[in-house]
Order: sequence, then structure tokens, then C-alpha cells
Amino acid sequence: MFSSYLQYLISGLTVGATYGLTGLGFTIIFNTTGIINFAQGEFVMLGGMLAVFLYASGIPLPLALLGAIVATTIVGALMERLTIRPVKGGSSIQLIIITIGVSIVIRGIVMLTLGKDTFALPHFSGETPIALAGASFMPQSVWILAITGLILAALRYFFKRTLFGKAMLACSFDRKAAYLVGVSVERMVLFSFMLSAFVGAVGGIILAPLTLTSYDRGIMLGLKGFAACILGGLGNPFGAAAGGLIIGVLESFGAGLISSGYKDAFAFIVLLLLLFVKPSGLFGRAQVKRV
Amino acid sequence: MLRAISKSLLVPAVFLGLLLVLPFLLSNEYYVSVLILCCINAIIAAGLNLLMGYAGQISLGHAAFYGLGAYATAVATATFGLPMELGLVIAVGGSALVALIIGIPTLKLTGHYLAMATLGFGLVVFIFFNETISLTGGPSGFVGIPRLSLFGVTVQSDLSYYYLVATALALVIFISRNLIDSRFGRALKALHTSEKAAQIAGVDIARYKLMVFVLSAAFAGLAGFLYAHYLTFIAPSSFGFLYSVELLTMVVLGGMATLWGSVVGAFFLTSLPEFLRVFENIEILLFGAILVVCMMFLPQGIVGGITSLAGRLKSRKEESDG
Repeated sequence: MFSSYLQYLISGLTVGATYGLTGLGFTIIFNTTGIINFAQGEFVMLGGMLAVFLYASGIPLPLALLGAIVATTIVGALMERLTIRPVKGGSSIQLIIITIGVSIVIRGIVMLTLGKDTFALPHFSGETPIALAGASFMPQSVWILAITGLILAALRYFFKRTLFGKAMLACSFDRKAAYLVGVSVERMVLFSFMLSAFVGAVGGIILAPLTLTSYDRGIMLGLKGFAACILGGLGNPFGAAAGGLIIGVLESFGAGLISSGYKDAFAFIVLLLLLFVKPSGLFGRAQVKRV
Repeated sequence: MLRAISKSLLVPAVFLGLLLVLPFLLSNEYYVSVLILCCINAIIAAGLNLLMGYAGQISLGHAAFYGLGAYATAVATATFGLPMELGLVIAVGGSALVALIIGIPTLKLTGHYLAMATLGFGLVVFIFFNETISLTGGPSGFVGIPRLSLFGVTVQSDLSYYYLVATALALVIFISRNLIDSRFGRALKALHTSEKAAQIAGVDIARYKLMVFVLSAAFAGLAGFLYAHYLTFIAPSSFGFLYSVELLTMVVLGGMATLWGSVVGAFFLTSLPEFLRVFENIEILLFGAILVVCMMFLPQGIVGGITSLAGRLKSRKEESDG
């Protein structure tokens, strides 16, 4: 009994960490621009797919992973330059639909160039399961949790201690004021897209060995990431990470104890219930308007 | 009074006339089936436009109401053998009832939280369609839905089915138009501009939001009914998240808060893939690209863009005249 619970917990945390990373990407862009970027899941998919593709073309694994991350970050920059910056001052619904359009284009390009098949990436350090109190898990789970923790710590340092990070936070607080004190808001927006593409790609890469990857993986991952954000309270990066972990664990227990078919439904049902009780999310600071 | 009524009837009547003439301009019978789907989508988009364009409330889960309508009538008529008139009542009433139940807590939310809640609701319903295999047939779909026959008349050809859905669309537009010009519509517009001001002016905003949500769900249920009995086969994949997004895009691309906008948007987005089919593989790519480009350069949508262009041309002409 205990060992199967532990098993659910570990697999839930593992998948949840990547939901959290996706959610983190949403938050970074939302904070500087107020946009929910529906192409966020596509960044995760791109990271995984490009890594598979580069590795298959004969490049050693670490270099392939690095290449995938760099390429995805460039895609993030291109997206901002080509589709977001030209629409300065557009309504948020207009911008959301643009990001949906971009996600369709990215998915289409990957489908046409890399195919519709499902791919696997080799595990980073072997596939010998680690046993713990009756439960067993892959070493990849350790990688996922460690890298997620590392990214969270690095982001925290970045936003709290570096001038650049503080400038980005200033943009999220008040764009006009940030502009007046000399922060280049345009550059911050560009950088936020790159940073969230980077975080998304890392999430996609560390998850790919465990759950396989294909061109249409991004939709569900994006939705779960968005759910993680809302669960944690929109605009709070660490809330998003925690929200992701909670969703992952809920899903894993739901699938194990009730039914695997409804796996995706549990997280959303709990989220709906939470929104009805506490509309600002678990860690939301800002008071959400209620009627 | 009489003039007002005849005016409010005139526009939908002219529109219906146009719709009915449309098939004669098309050489290929295949296009009639595309037109049927255009009309069905336009019915939902018109309802969603009432919610989004006029009341300013976003819904990312409208495909769920469409699916509920389709599955409700499928189960009622095919599984239980109930008369189709009853199927229609169950489809429209069922969607409206679910909207009422889900709307009470959901519409208390605003902005991205409302988007997430409706999205979550849509996904849960989608998973329900997939998993309750004994009821819905699961992912492989529900087969053997009877063709439409109401009050003893069975609709046989695609062309007569088209006339039926075109009439239904005209009816939906007639209802929406009257609604927008009524006290109800003015309350919605007030609510869109400022919820607080509307509340101070004595508008019961929670009630109005709920009413328009229920109405738009009922339209979607009607569309689901028409869809199920046209194709005689339904599967969950038609009612997923991407379809909700497509509906939202129809409204925004056509032009929010213009009734014609949502109809134009629905016709445009439904027929676009048919035109793009020539390009085979890159169809989906072009679809996404057109979406992005349209939104970048036509922020007010197609109808809004044309209106403002016409306005600009007119003022320029007046300038040169004066």
C-alpha cells in the first residue's frame, strides 16, 4: 500500500515538474507583457523533438540537447520579433489568437519536417531502476527534479539579485514607469520570450526520455502548464512551479487509484473546484475581481 | 412600431434570401455540404459573439455545449428511440441546463481565470465523451444517428438540409438582433464597458451574464443537434479544445460585437481549409499563418476592418468634395 503510494508520488512529481516548468514559461511572458502565450507548449515540444532529431543525426547527446535548447530559444526570439512586436498595443485577445496561430505554424512545420511518429530520447544516465522503500523509479526522474530545482533557484537569483532581472520585474509592475527610468521595455519583452522558450525547451528535453515525444505533444502540456499557473496564482513564478507539482501528483494518484482514462480530467476538476472557492489561485496575491 | 418590426425582420429576411440563392451559384454539390457546416458553425459563433462581443466574457469551452447537444440527441433518438422533436428539446434544453449549472460559479471569475475555468470545463466534457464508451461509443464515435425528420417530414437531400440550417441561422440572427437592440442588449453593452458602472446603474450583472451564457449554450446545443443528424455520425474529436479555439477565432476574426462579423468569420474559417486543400501537406501551416497575419493586420476583424476602411474612404471623399 505505502509503496504504491510512494510510486504514485514520485511519478506525479516527475511529470508535475515539467508542468511546472511550462507554467513558469507562461508566467515569465505574462509578467512582462500580460499575454498568455498559447505557443508555450510548442516550445516544450520543440525542445524534445529537436533533441531527438539532432541526436539521431549523429551528434553526441549533450551537444544535441544544447543545440535543441539554443534553437528553441531562437524560435522564441523570432516569434516575438515577427508576430508580437509589430502588434504593439493590441488587445489581449488579439495577441492570444496570434500566439495560437504561431503554435499551429510551429506544430505544422515540425509535422512536415520531422514526421508524425512518436520518438524516444535516450535516458541521460542509464535505465537501471532505483529501488526505494518498495517503489522503483528511473534515474531520469532524479534528473528531472534536480534540473527543475536548479532552474527555479537560478530564476530566483536572476529576478532578485541581477539588474537585468529586476528590470524585467519592473516592466511587469508598471511598464510606463520602467520605461521612464530607462528600462528598454522592448528588449525585456524580447528577452522574456527567449527565457520562456529556454525554460520550455529544457522541460521538453528532460521529459522526452521518460514519456516519449511527438509533434502534437505541445497542446496538452501547454494546457497543463496554463492550469499550473492558474492553480498557483497567475503571475507568481514559484506558484506556477508548485501548481505544476500539485497537478502532476493529483493526476498520478487519480490514474492509479481511480481510473487512468480520466487521468487528464482530475487535475482540471480540482482546478475548477479551487477556482470556485478561491478564485485567485492558491498563492495568488492580487485580489481577483469577484461579482 | 410596425416599422420597427418590419425593419428587424427585413435584414434577416434579406440575409436568408442570400443564403438560399447561394447554392445556385455553386457548380459542385460538395460545396453544399461545406455550406451546411458553415451555417452550423455560424449559429454557434453568433451565440458566442453575444457572450464575448457584447457581454465581454470569454469562453474557451464552447465546443462542450456543441458536443453536449450532439450527443444528447444521438443518445435520445438512436439509443432510446425517442422522437426527434424530443431530441431537439433535450439537445437545446440540456446544453442550456448544463450552462446554467456551470455558469453560476464560473461567471464569478474574470479574465484569464474565466478563460481557464471554461477551458477546464470543456476538457472535462471532452474526456467524458471519450471515456463513457457504453453511452457515447468512446473515441471511435457514435454511429447510426437517424437522419433528420421533424413533424413527419424527413430531410433527404443535402440541398434541403442546407435550406433548413440556413433558416435556422437566419432565426438565430433574428433573435440575436432583437436581443441586442433591447433593454437586455443595452445592459450587456454597459456590462462590457464597465461592470462597476453597469452595477451602479442598477443592472443585475450576474444575472445578465448568466442569461447570455445560457442562451449562447442553447444556440450551440441547437447547432449540435443539426450537426448530429446531418452527419449521422459523431466523434469526440469534433468537440475538443481546438474546436473551441476555432470558434473563438471565428468571432474575433470576423469582428467582435458585430453580428455579421461572427457569421463572416464562421464562413471564412470553415471554408478556408477547403480552399487550402489544394496545397495538401502545407494546408495546416497556411491556416496558422493566415490566422496570424489576419490578426496582425485586421485587429478589428474582417467586418470591422471593412467598416473602418469604408469610413475612411467616405471621409476622404467628403474632404475632396468639400
